[in-house]
Amino acid sequence: MTGLEPERYELSSAAAYDFKPGRREFFQRVGGGILIALTLRNAEAYQESGHTRRDEGNEMPRTVGAWLHIDESGGITVYTGKVEVGQNIRTSLAQAVAEELRTPVSTIRMVMGDTSLTPFDRGTFGSLSTPQMAPQLHRAAAAARKLLQELAAERWLAKPEELVVEDGKVTDPAAGRSLGFGELTKGRNLSQTIAGPVVTPPSAWKIAGQAFTKVNARDIVTGKHEYPSDIRRPGMLYGKILRPAAFGATLVSLDAGAAKAMPGVTVVHDGDFAGVVAPDEISAEKALGALRATWKTTPQPSSKDLLRILRPGPALRRSAPTAPGEKLVEATYTVAWIAHTPLEPRAAVAEWNNGNLTVWTGTQRPFGVREELANAFHLPEARIRVLMPDTGSAYGGKHTGEAAVEAARLSQAAGKPVKLVWTREEEFTWAYFRPGGVIDVSASIDRDGLLTNWEFHNYNSGSSGIETPYAVTSKKIEFHPVNSPLRQGSYRGLASTANNFAREVHIDELARAAGLGPLEFRRKNLKNQRLLAVLNAAAERFGWGGGKQADEGHGIACGVEKGGYTAVCASVRKDARRGVRVERMVTAFECGAIVNPDGLKNQVEGAAIMALGGALFEAIEFDNGKILNPRLSAYRVPRFSDVPPIDVVLVNRSDLPSSGAGETPIMAVAPAISNAIFDATGTRHRDLPMRPFA
Amino acid sequence: MELSINQRKYRLPDAPDRMLLWVLRDELGLIGTKYGCGEGQCGACTVLLNGEPVRSCLTPLAAAKEKSITTIEGLERNGNLHPLQEAFLKVDAMQCGYCTSGMILASAGLLSRNPRPSEPEIAAALEGNVCRCGAHPRIIEAVRLAANGGVR
Repeated sequence: MTGLEPERYELSSAAAYDFKPGRREFFQRVGGGILIALTLRNAEAYQESGHTRRDEGNEMPRTVGAWLHIDESGGITVYTGKVEVGQNIRTSLAQAVAEELRTPVSTIRMVMGDTSLTPFDRGTFGSLSTPQMAPQLHRAAAAARKLLQELAAERWLAKPEELVVEDGKVTDPAAGRSLGFGELTKGRNLSQTIAGPVVTPPSAWKIAGQAFTKVNARDIVTGKHEYPSDIRRPGMLYGKILRPAAFGATLVSLDAGAAKAMPGVTVVHDGDFAGVVAPDEISAEKALGALRATWKTTPQPSSKDLLRILRPGPALRRSAPTAPGEKLVEATYTVAWIAHTPLEPRAAVAEWNNGNLTVWTGTQRPFGVREELANAFHLPEARIRVLMPDTGSAYGGKHTGEAAVEAARLSQAAGKPVKLVWTREEEFTWAYFRPGGVIDVSASIDRDGLLTNWEFHNYNSGSSGIETPYAVTSKKIEFHPVNSPLRQGSYRGLASTANNFAREVHIDELARAAGLGPLEFRRKNLKNQRLLAVLNAAAERFGWGGGKQADEGHGIACGVEKGGYTAVCASVRKDARRGVRVERMVTAFECGAIVNPDGLKNQVEGAAIMALGGALFEAIEFDNGKILNPRLSAYRVPRFSDVPPIDVVLVNRSDLPSSGAGETPIMAVAPAISNAIFDATGTRHRDLPMRPFA
Repeated sequence: MELSINQRKYRLPDAPDRMLLWVLRDELGLIGTKYGCGEGQCGACTVLLNGEPVRSCLTPLAAAKEKSITTIEGLERNGNLHPLQEAFLKVDAMQCGYCTSGMILASAGLLSRNPRPSEPEIAAALEGNVCRCGAHPRIIEAVRLAANGGVR
């Protein structure tokens, strides 16, 4: 079993670039007009991730990030490999293009995550769509605007800079004439590769940066939007997979006689893979139930032994003597494995045609799934098309293509298109989890309350957000990979939630040891102005330091990750029935220039609510190769009664480039709540979930 | 057997034990009703039976026949959205939108028996509906908006 499933976007290996569709093929496929190919070579695209790529400096076409096409009737289409999983980029990216082309958002068509139509993309994760793709689309659309002005100027023998682009037309105000985009692009086959023309500065934005209803919201509220699990194909059948009796089990024998005898049922048995295909969901379930399998199992660990599995040795305790007046605080923190629980489970529809495979599936990495399929079926990628309809959420949990591969195998055997929708129990068991972890912290302060030493060891949960933003003279920070008993991978915010929980609870303890207030202690030990700004913004909105009831506690925490700065104040109250109740939260967030304030607020609120689950009650329990709580009735996710009033303070830095916002706002919620519970009850919660209930 | 769905009659093979959810989705193409958990815990499959919200994943056809079934596709009348649909649009009460059909139908059930619910009453009525993206505050705002005369 592998150790930490890579925090995938931190992989520095170069992508398997796709050269297709080339420009000529592109025009053949979609018709003439003008095409702007956008390259990813600008330095700022990688500033966030901090990685260099092996192909840096190569030919432009290797790094095409998006196509912008204006067809011969003036229709504007953006082709991007990014995908929509609820984070609203279908809308915010369309806004970026609409802004530069001075046209309504509704006129922009977004083709996303279709491996046959869109340029290669490594995946939608790491809060990179807004910082990378949005500025690039601004550039592409600005280049298209300039090209349209030039085409019109050529036609009229006018000066391009005197022409105005608006509402799908180029207008010459002096001469009182105008031409529609379609009139300018008709009969053209113009393509341009651009690196970075001047774009509209955020301060002058009229469309980008505004609250805007999701472009497909009407389809969602009327039930018309087709999610991956809603895709239907002519002659389509329904599949089910036989799951092993436990993790690590191998299939010894399979008696499929009874299932095969059922009308319209196909049984597939290929090594450890077994599944059924039937004309409808119910028959598929019955056929699956009729399979008689014998599994060979091996002993597997239990979640009760988390500490022993992940950090078998003793806890970190510093042996060096402390300086006079120095105070030492040491503690161990743990986080449980948790499940992403996207409301739409993994789903795929697969269809074979003359040896070519098409799969519709919900994934954050359509090109990665294409690669998985190519490997599984020994096919060239050119024979595989993966399409990603806007999906019922992911949160880092849909980087892989399990359902796609399974559906394709079933479809291959059945000779018909096959739909496979994982059950909730399968999603809870056979997807991957947010890593569990053990964190040891040892830190000291001097007599003035300044941090002097910081030692921090994370076992298994990951290295994101492990660096401390606090000024400290001496520090040692290490991540220790461990062989995980469960399959694990990316989760919204990655390990920054775990690392920031341990760090910010520890900072609270240090503040108390120093005899300082938690806000005061942070102000004293933080030099990062952007982090201080959100900390102060949250404290001010919350009314930090104001009065509170006898049974009430207040907590504060902050954090920085991926160019986003967050601070949370929480108020909790002892509750006779529930133990402790979160009464109120204030989240301040800053991620540079705001692209869509309403969408951003939605992301910040959503992250705060999702964080409540991991903070208070979510934990995957497992024993001997089985998940013990693989149902929503046994695994508690936040519900309406758990959600306190959440006040979001957005700090807009329109002078700075935008960073992504889907992840970082999750990281300061749990420590703020833990610190508030301590304030209310005197009990220090160092384990996630805290389960602070009576 | 015959089912009445969105004021239309459908003739179906007799299968009283089959769950309504799969019939709606796989046979009738009414894909707005979603599968989320199969045990009535998430509310994504909510439909109205004679105006009352039920979990279609746990509703056998036998329990649905001779009743009026309303799915998300049936809320729109003559091209006009239901006030709840308008309100969800207005306040952008969704992220991925997978829970939205169930939220709207559960809210429709609430408003038909309590046209002016308080915020805690809305939260209580939607407690069985999971929104994993955390759009809860906006969903409550949307239901309040619809209850207070809707979008103007």
